Amino acid sequence: MDTALDTTPLGHNVPLAERAYRIRRNALLMGEVQGQGYIGQALDIADVLAVSYFHAMKYRPEDPHWEERDRFLLSNGHYAIALYAALIEAGIVPAEELETYGSDDSRLPMSGMASYTPGMEMSGGSLGLGLGIAVGIGLGLKRKNSAARVYTLFSDGELDEGSVWEAIMSAAHYKLDNLIAIVDVNNQQADGPSTQVMAFEPLVDKLEAFGWFVQRVDGNDMDAVVAAFDAAKSHPEPKPRMIVCDTKMGKGVPFLEAREKNHFIRVDAHEWQLALDALDAGRTA
Amino acid sequence: MSTAANTTAKPRLKTSAMIASIATEGQRTKPAPFGHALVELAKQRNEIVGMTADLAKYTDLHIFAQAYPDRFYQMGMAEQLLMGAASGMAHEGMMPFVTTYAVFASRRAYDFVHQTIAEENRNVKIACALPGLTSGYGPSHQAAEDLALMRAMPNMVVIDPCDAHEIEQVVPAMAAHNGPVYMRLLRGNVPLVLDEYDYKFELGKAKLLRDGADVLVISSGIMTMRALEVAQRLEADKVGVAVLHVPTIKPLDTETILREAARTGRMVVVAENHTVIGGLGEAVAGTLLRAGVAPVFRQIGLPDEFLKAGALPTLHDLYGISTDAMAASIKGWL
Repeated sequence: MDTALDTTPLGHNVPLAERAYRIRRNALLMGEVQGQGYIGQALDIADVLAVSYFHAMKYRPEDPHWEERDRFLLSNGHYAIALYAALIEAGIVPAEELETYGSDDSRLPMSGMASYTPGMEMSGGSLGLGLGIAVGIGLGLKRKNSAARVYTLFSDGELDEGSVWEAIMSAAHYKLDNLIAIVDVNNQQADGPSTQVMAFEPLVDKLEAFGWFVQRVDGNDMDAVVAAFDAAKSHPEPKPRMIVCDTKMGKGVPFLEAREKNHFIRVDAHEWQLALDALDAGRTA
Repeated sequence: MSTAANTTAKPRLKTSAMIASIATEGQRTKPAPFGHALVELAKQRNEIVGMTADLAKYTDLHIFAQAYPDRFYQMGMAEQLLMGAASGMAHEGMMPFVTTYAVFASRRAYDFVHQTIAEENRNVKIACALPGLTSGYGPSHQAAEDLALMRAMPNMVVIDPCDAHEIEQVVPAMAAHNGPVYMRLLRGNVPLVLDEYDYKFELGKAKLLRDGADVLVISSGIMTMRALEVAQRLEADKVGVAVLHVPTIKPLDTETILREAARTGRMVVVAENHTVIGGLGEAVAGTLLRAGVAPVFRQIGLPDEFLKAGALPTLHDLYGISTDAMAASIKGWL
């Protein structure tokens, strides 16, 4: 594990499952502050973020602009609540800022923007931007002969955007083996199940045909996610790498997992504490 | 068929080429000033890279690509990717000079310029050919509204140069400015005019190229070239025409504009190769109104309609931005 992690509050011997628990907990606490938020997505992607920040990536919490850091681009800006939760756990954003989430003058706005938050590398929100920026960063890193990688997380709904496919084509054209893209397939977007809004399967076949090294895993199976990130980093072919993560909205809070699936899960005021209690009950020792 | 019938054959039609030269016959020109200036600048600035969306040859970026093949990035016919990837390159400390046609940068890729470049304040330089009405190809390639779109964007500097002499100076000035810049690009054999006026480009500065007692023309881009021709013609009619060249549309040199417009007794005519909506004309009008300066005010610019296809000289006459049409308009207003 990377030495950069030694400076995090719990040190580097913390199980990834515990990291994921704490990311989910941070997200629920932020959701409670505003009484709303894309909490279903935050819960589904927590395991992927735990692996990204506490297994795969190198960075220095005290120096978010460290030149040799791996870059993480949040294309789906509405997942900011999840990324803030990870950045707090990683020690990049101070924990005391959690209670400012979405408030006036906060560094943690509802939608992720580069100029607001340490560790936020791009301004998302308008969907379909991240992968194209990642292509430019991948090219730029190669120009500098940097060993750093660029990671980008985007959502299955973003597969509807033509710009995503422009970027997919060009990343393969430029053999960007320093680019690891993660697509969160939770099968929910604004108007309904993503596969019904616009059919994108068979996704692995499509991406492979576009020239990518592609893996598809259960994004809530920690061991599988770790193995996928390891393989993405060590794969020998000069190809960009895609990890397709099938995830479950609301993961870790059974009553939210069971709630009628919706892009924006409604949580009533009294339910935030119930959600925290449910998360605690499922905590892996 | 008689010989007489043959001599009354159809007249040769004027063509509507996509990238007709804007130089008039016999005008002095310089080839590819943008491409050559960029090659020169890149000798000193290693961070410069060139990026395009399948239009290197038509934006003079091919000259840079030939000089620095390892610093040139072909992004394919994908303007959204072009802008996003340029943002990523700038994120890593490069200074991308990005080229395409003005319609594609301003219309197709607007959100990508807005969000990945302007909002993130990335050091990306966007140089776009076929600005305003410089193609007879029809609305698909006529960027009548590019200035309005780009100047509405926070952080964006907007430049509309007049000729080759100016473009050569604009290129290093774009690099010296830290932040996004949009430049209207004239490519191919570009007219050479301002060298005769001892002209020096300064970012954010308007320059009085000639003085005159009766009319003040405030203009940018190729309309400054036209304004200077109009001024010479009207001199013969004892009409004094001053020409204030405003190559930087944003930030606007309001101080110089107000000083010149406040001189009493002169009609102010803003001339722009752009729709009359949201360009230099309305920027100047707003400046004057806010300052309480109220000269007689007229606008020469493209109408709020989809422009026709046709030969450029025909279209410039039709829409009032040729030298002849401009001279006639001003005389009529006096």
